[in-house]
Amino acid sequence: MKAAATPKLYRWASYYSPVNRWALKVFTRNLFVFRKTWTTNLAFNIVEPLLYLAALGAGLGMLVEDVEGMSYTQFIAPGIVATSAMWAAAAECSYDSFVRMYYQKIYHAIVATPINLQEVVAGELLYGTFKSVLSGTVITGVIAVLGLVPSPWALLIPAVLVLNGMAFSQLAMIWTGIVPKIDNFAYFFTLIITPMFLFSGVFFPLDVLPGILQQLAWLMPLYHIVVLLRSLTLGLVSIDLVFHVLWLLVFILIIFPLPQYLMHRRLIK
Amino acid sequence: MSVVVEAQNLQKNYNGFPAVAGIDFKIQKGQCFGILGPNGAGKTTVVAMIYCFHPVSGGKLTVFGNDVNDDPRTIKKRLGVVPQENNLDLELSVRENLLIYAGYYGIKRDVAEKRARELLYFFGLSAKADQEVDKISGGMKRRLTIARGLIHTPDLLILDEPTTGLDPQSRRLIWEHLRQLKKNGLTLILTTHYLEEASQLCDDLIIMDKGVILDEGKPGDLIKKQVGTKVVEVDLEPAQKSALINSMDSLISGYQLAESTIYLFIPEDETKVMKALNNSNFAHTYQVRPANLEDVFLKLTGRGLSYEEDAGYESSSYAKTL
Repeated sequence: MKAAATPKLYRWASYYSPVNRWALKVFTRNLFVFRKTWTTNLAFNIVEPLLYLAALGAGLGMLVEDVEGMSYTQFIAPGIVATSAMWAAAAECSYDSFVRMYYQKIYHAIVATPINLQEVVAGELLYGTFKSVLSGTVITGVIAVLGLVPSPWALLIPAVLVLNGMAFSQLAMIWTGIVPKIDNFAYFFTLIITPMFLFSGVFFPLDVLPGILQQLAWLMPLYHIVVLLRSLTLGLVSIDLVFHVLWLLVFILIIFPLPQYLMHRRLIK
Repeated sequence: MSVVVEAQNLQKNYNGFPAVAGIDFKIQKGQCFGILGPNGAGKTTVVAMIYCFHPVSGGKLTVFGNDVNDDPRTIKKRLGVVPQENNLDLELSVRENLLIYAGYYGIKRDVAEKRARELLYFFGLSAKADQEVDKISGGMKRRLTIARGLIHTPDLLILDEPTTGLDPQSRRLIWEHLRQLKKNGLTLILTTHYLEEASQLCDDLIIMDKGVILDEGKPGDLIKKQVGTKVVEVDLEPAQKSALINSMDSLISGYQLAESTIYLFIPEDETKVMKALNNSNFAHTYQVRPANLEDVFLKLTGRGLSYEEDAGYESSSYAKTL
């Protein structure tokens, strides 16, 4: 029994080893391209959340009484940080990764060098996470300037955004490993990203929903991110937050082998 | 001479379809080794196994003495790859493409810059160094892709159809560069379906079709062995073919039919055949030319190198590649 269990365990562990210096080279490659295109790249990521904040906070917020003892703008601001960081990671590792993999054949170019495909995937995930942390942090800065970040605990937000970026980069990369055509990402966004965007407690407290929907929210990574970001922004820090961090860590570790496995199945015949 | 690549009963199946059906070959150091064959022959699959992209389905394949299953990273550090499709970083400049690729091999920045400068000069791209790749010509992209494959000074360069889709002038320029690389002692593996490319560049080649090797050897030897020295192409009425062949039987080493043309293979001297043709009463025109690799391929398979299954040609028809 033991002899059989060891190689299995080894194989499982080997899914985590591609986060290494070779993956970092792939990350560096993407960062290098980003340096040339960041102005347009980042502008989209920042302008859009601010539009939401303006329309919903200043517009819809006028019709809404205080939520949980705060203004509506204050209530949604941390959630806007979370969702825009989610979109950044999800878009990077879906559409952008697919273009690199399928149209530009960059993955093929890289695996001809000492780097292997698993490390390419790991590098892409690191880059998706980077984009996510970057846009989330910038927006946190913007809402801080607007006076919507009262607590110094908010300095921990980038750390939470790392978990956010990793989780959504992986989810997106799973689809990149599966979809036959770039148009098929519409399913990913319609069935996974948009429901999370709407039902993770960004725009209204979840206790207004029927019980079953509240429990479903618990299954969505974005819900835990929103709880963490809102608590840190407002300084409502308690030991309960550790539970949400653990939930995200476990989620990230469990699905981590999947993108590698699917990409390998897709490209290596 | 030492062996750089060795394949023994090498096989590759895609979902049960044998793309490479048990082939053997050896590639010596300093050689330009050609894999000639039509589309779908299995050429790309063979080289993709050598550069450790596709796993081997059966048999044994060693590169630099290492089994490809054991340590791809060690093998990949020492070889350069020029794929069939350009896969350059389109957002980056010509020079940046080389520098980024150097990064994958862990080459230090100053060494990479120097090497990039040398390669750009060698391939006549110095003036375009700061141009975006999107804006340079197809021939230049090709040269850049070859330069990129050389950035880490590999011991072996694999080129998968390096000149497909290029105009004749760009093609010749690339041949010239490859010849110089060979002269400098680099080992080259080249897949191609251009007979001229194979005969111009390759020291040794295998002719592949449908996953198997049909014949192998030096281009000149292959032609002499399979065809002879000359080929007489005769245009005539299809009905007269058998009569013509019967009358020529003792003078030719073989023949090939293709619609209204018959190719007569001449072992040594064509004058007797020409005399016989002139004296015969077949209404026809003919021409004499040196035998080439296309004739070898035609003889071995009954069809030309540019033959495509999908194109709906008759199996006896034959379109010339050049």
